Amino acid sequence: MASAEEVAKEAERRDIRDRWLLSAPALLVIFFAATGPLLIVLVYSFLTPGPYGDVKWHFSPEAWISVFMERDIFDDTLSLAAAHVTIFWRSIKLAIITTIATLVLGFPTAYFMATRSEKTRDLWLFLITIPFWTNLLIRTFAVLQIIRNEGLINTVLLKLGIISAPIQILFTDTAILVGMAYVYLPLMVLPIYASMEKLDFRLVEAGYDLYATRFQVLRRIIFPLVKPGVIAGSILVFIPALGAYVTPSVLGGGKNMMLSNLIELQFGQGRNWPLGSALSIAVMVIVMVALLAYVRNAGRSEVRHG
Amino acid sequence: MNWKTTATAIGLALLASTSLARADGELNIYNWGNYTSPDVIKKFEQKYNVKVTITDYDSNDTALAKVRQGGTGFDIAVPSQTYVPIWIQEGLVQETDPGKMENFKNVAPEWANPEFDPGRKYSVPWALGTVGVVVNTDTYKGPADTWGIIFNTPDELKGKVNVVPEMNDVIFAAIKYVGGQQCTTDKEVLKKVRDTLVAAKPNWIAMEYNTIEKMGAGDFKATSDWNGSALRQRLANPAIHYNYPKEGFGLWSDNVVVLKEAKNVENAKLFQNFIMDPENAAGLSAFHRYANAITGSDKYMPADMKDAPEVVIPEADKPHAELQLMCPPDVQELYTKIWTELQK
Repeated sequence: MASAEEVAKEAERRDIRDRWLLSAPALLVIFFAATGPLLIVLVYSFLTPGPYGDVKWHFSPEAWISVFMERDIFDDTLSLAAAHVTIFWRSIKLAIITTIATLVLGFPTAYFMATRSEKTRDLWLFLITIPFWTNLLIRTFAVLQIIRNEGLINTVLLKLGIISAPIQILFTDTAILVGMAYVYLPLMVLPIYASMEKLDFRLVEAGYDLYATRFQVLRRIIFPLVKPGVIAGSILVFIPALGAYVTPSVLGGGKNMMLSNLIELQFGQGRNWPLGSALSIAVMVIVMVALLAYVRNAGRSEVRHG
Repeated sequence: MNWKTTATAIGLALLASTSLARADGELNIYNWGNYTSPDVIKKFEQKYNVKVTITDYDSNDTALAKVRQGGTGFDIAVPSQTYVPIWIQEGLVQETDPGKMENFKNVAPEWANPEFDPGRKYSVPWALGTVGVVVNTDTYKGPADTWGIIFNTPDELKGKVNVVPEMNDVIFAAIKYVGGQQCTTDKEVLKKVRDTLVAAKPNWIAMEYNTIEKMGAGDFKATSDWNGSALRQRLANPAIHYNYPKEGFGLWSDNVVVLKEAKNVENAKLFQNFIMDPENAAGLSAFHRYANAITGSDKYMPADMKDAPEVVIPEADKPHAELQLMCPPDVQELYTKIWTELQK
C-alpha cells in the first residue's frame, strides 16, 4: 500500500500533467500563430523571386545579399546598399524623434493628469483615449486639413495679416513629425500615467521638506519611480513609429521612402518577394537588438538609483 | 415549442431558402475600387435575375497575387492590358471566346484584336485611358504638351508638381522624355532616365495618388495623371487642363476576364457580352469617367464626356499614343532599382 506521502505526490504529478494537457491547445495555437507566419517569411527570404511576383522554390541567398549590397546597374560593381541604408536610417531617425517628442509632450500631460483629484482623473483619462475611437487614417487626414495651404492655420494667419502667402507645412518633415507626435501621443501618456498614478506623492513632499529643488525632485524622485512607465511608453511608440506607413505618406507626400514603403514596393510593383521578406526580417532584428540594448541599459541605471 | 410549430418553422425556412435560390444565380466581380457603375450592375441583375457581388482591389499586383493563391470565389476580374498576358500564361483565366459573342460586333476595330489577347479569346474591354500631364493654367500658361513639365519643371511650377507614384508609368514617361523605347535595356538610355529623374525630383512637392482633391484644393498646380482623373479635376475647376505629351504617352486598357476557378461561368459570360452593348458601355463610362472601346456608345455618353478632350484623344495627338507593355522580369528589376534610387 502506498503511503500518504506517495499518494499526495501522485496527485500533484497528475495535477501538473492535467494542467499542461488542458493548456496545450491554447499554447499550441499561440505558438504556431506567432511563429508560423514568421517562419514562412524567413523561408521566403531564401528563395528565388518568381517572374511576376510570388516565389520559385529554389534556394538563393541573393535576397539577403541585396539587403546589404547592391550591384550597380550601370558599371556592375558591388557596393554597400546605400539606398537601403538611407531609407532604414530615415525610418529609425523618425522613430527616435517621434519617441522623444511624445515623451516631452506626454510626461507633463501624465503628471498633470495624475495630480488631479480622483474624480477628474477619470475624465482626463477618457479625453486622452478619445482619439483612439477614430481610425488612424482619418486622424491623419484631420491633421492634413489643419496644416495644408488652404487649411486652418494658413487661413487664420492670412486673415490676421501675419503672413502674406501660405506657409508650406504640408509635405515637409515638420508635417510628418507633427502628425506622428499627434498620432502616437496617447501611447506614451497612458503607460506613464499608469506609473504616475501609483506614485506616492508624500515622497515628493518629503523631498521638498529636505530642501530639494523642483528639478531635483523631478530627477531624483519622480523620474526614477515612473521609469517603468517611460520605458513601456517609449517601446510602445518606437516600434509602431518605425513601421509607420500612413502618416509619412499622407503628410510627407511620399517623395521619400520609409522602410514600410520599401518593403511594400518589393511585394507590389517591384515583384521581389524574397527581398521584401529579407528586409522585413532585417527590421525585426534591428528592433529586437534596439529593445534589448534599451531595456538592459535602463535596467542597469535603475540599480544605480536603487 | 410543439412539433406543429416546429414543422411550420421548418416549412417556412424551406420556403425562404427556395425563394432565395430562385434568383438564377450569382456573379462575383473582383474589380478596382470605385470603378463599377451601380446602375449598370442593377440593370444586369434585373435582366438576368442574378445577384452580383463586387469586391475591390487597389492594384494589379494585389489582384494577381490573390487570385494566384486560389479559392477566392471570384468569377470575374479586370486586369490591365500589361497583366492580361500573365493571367493567361499562368492559367488563371478561361477561354470564353468573347470574339464570338453576340455583342462583339460593337468592339472598335483597333481594340478587336489587341496584342495582349490576340483574337480576344479571353478578355472584353472595360475601360481605356491615357497617362498625361495635368496643369493648372492659372499658374502656368506656357505649352504643357510635354513631359518636360514633370522632368524639366518650368519656374512657375517648381515645388508645385506632383507625380503619381506608379513605377511603370513614371519610368515609361522618363524613357519617352529622353527619347528611348519602352522596356528598353539600353544602359545609355537608362542612365539618362535615372539622371533625369533624380535631377527632377527636387522640383516635385509630392508623389501621391490623391490628385483630384489636391489639384482642386491648390496643393498641386501640376501632376502626372490618368485622363479620367483629369476630367474630374477640370469639371471642378475649368482652369485645369489635361495635356498629351508630344514625346509619347502611354495608352492603357482594363479588361474583363473570367477566372478559371469561376463557379458561375455562364453568368460571367453573360456579363462579358452585356458590357459590350453600347448603352451599357456608356453607362460604365459615365461612372468611371474613362473612355470605352465600344462603337456607338458615344450616343449614350453623358454630355460632359462626349467631346471632352480628356476622353476623346484629339487627332493631332493620336500618333503619340503608345500601348504600354509588360516589360520582362529582368527589365523590371532594373526599373525597380532606379525607382528605389529615386525615392531613397
